[in-house]
Amino acid sequence: MADTMQFDLVSPERRLASMQVTAVQIPGADGDMTAMPDHAPTITTLRPGVLRVEGPEGEAEYVVTGGFAEISADGVSVLAERAIPRQDMTQDHLDEMMEEAKTMYSSAKENFVNEPGPVDDAAKLLSDMVAMGDQIGLSSKQPNL
Amino acid sequence: MPNLKDLKNRIASVKNTRKITKAMQMVAAAKLRRAQEAAEQSRPYTERFNAVMSRLAASVGGSDSAPKLLSGTGSDKVHLLVVMTAERGLCGGFNANIAKLAKVHARRLIAEGKEVKILTVGKKGRDSIRRDFAKNIVGHVDLTDVKRIGYADAQGIAKDVLGRFDAGEFDIATIFYAKFVNVVSQTPTAQQIIPASFDAEEGKDDASTLFDYEPSEEGILADLLPRGVATAIFSALLENAASEQGARMSAMDNATRNAGEMIEDLTIEYNRSRQAVITNELIEIISGAEAL
Repeated sequence: MADTMQFDLVSPERRLASMQVTAVQIPGADGDMTAMPDHAPTITTLRPGVLRVEGPEGEAEYVVTGGFAEISADGVSVLAERAIPRQDMTQDHLDEMMEEAKTMYSSAKENFVNEPGPVDDAAKLLSDMVAMGDQIGLSSKQPNL
Repeated sequence: MPNLKDLKNRIASVKNTRKITKAMQMVAAAKLRRAQEAAEQSRPYTERFNAVMSRLAASVGGSDSAPKLLSGTGSDKVHLLVVMTAERGLCGGFNANIAKLAKVHARRLIAEGKEVKILTVGKKGRDSIRRDFAKNIVGHVDLTDVKRIGYADAQGIAKDVLGRFDAGEFDIATIFYAKFVNVVSQTPTAQQIIPASFDAEEGKDDASTLFDYEPSEEGILADLLPRGVATAIFSALLENAASEQGARMSAMDNATRNAGEMIEDLTIEYNRSRQAVITNELIEIISGAEAL
């Protein structure tokens, strides 16, 4: 079995990482999962969270929102709408994301009065953001749900 | 025979124009390089995205439960044309070509009895389309203040389009932009984004791999299709930005060359008339001397 696999992290604007890694921890929509070499081929959507990569050259962490991860036997590619290296993540970034999630939540509440689906989705997105903020130690200005 | 002073002024003014067009050409060249880099950077994302989408679409697309963004609304009565042009002129036929393609398209659809709605991105296209289709324009996106196109800009446009789609305002959406071929040639292109179509050519080598889907194929597809719209718009915007600069660069190159030719012609004319004046004066002096 191979020790490492190819890992790619791309956002629409640029390629953030492309390297050999031993494990990738992915914040999947249905829960976190760790992919290692020879993982069963899987495609999962992402929730806002921290993507942790372990490789021979050390660890790296990225904050990702929106998108999906494609896991195949010999590599993982993560396509995230927004991806920021953990150390570059600032309060401003988080505030901006929170603001976006909040607007989405309130507009969902307005537009889908009798349909719980989209409202719940938006609420989940918002709470995921909060959880992510807590995880990386930035204040997320707890919203009133 | 124009007098010498006028000619001299004329030459000076054409020289100034040449300096300006030369500067614009060099600015466009620098911007073009940056725009091309941006387009290059976004390519891995778009390629992977489309590869996964075409696979998903192939496996879910046939079923009745397929999302509307993929299968369409079942009718094709109302068309939305998203016309993307530049915010600025002086770039040759760039804006005109895109607008022309969109107009031809719109006329054909109207002749077929379809309803046409137009969303314009970029001031120049709006100005040109407003002349013929003023009442069809349903919205305009202004990117004047945007220095460097980011994914957020594409998301904004996508949100606008998707909102209209959810509200049932149209059945089919097509975007118009110029594909960047090289500096001297940009092809105006029409691309249908709703319902989405993904080329299945990528599918051939992956067909053997069976993927697990989390949460589910349908769930992922429903999540990704709106993003697909944003991705398509984003890459169109980037192509457009590169094309605009390319078109401006070659237009300004032409202008610079034309100014150079004009200066040459004017200089010859200036020298000739100066010589004529001198000859005239000599004749006057000589004939004056002989008369004495």
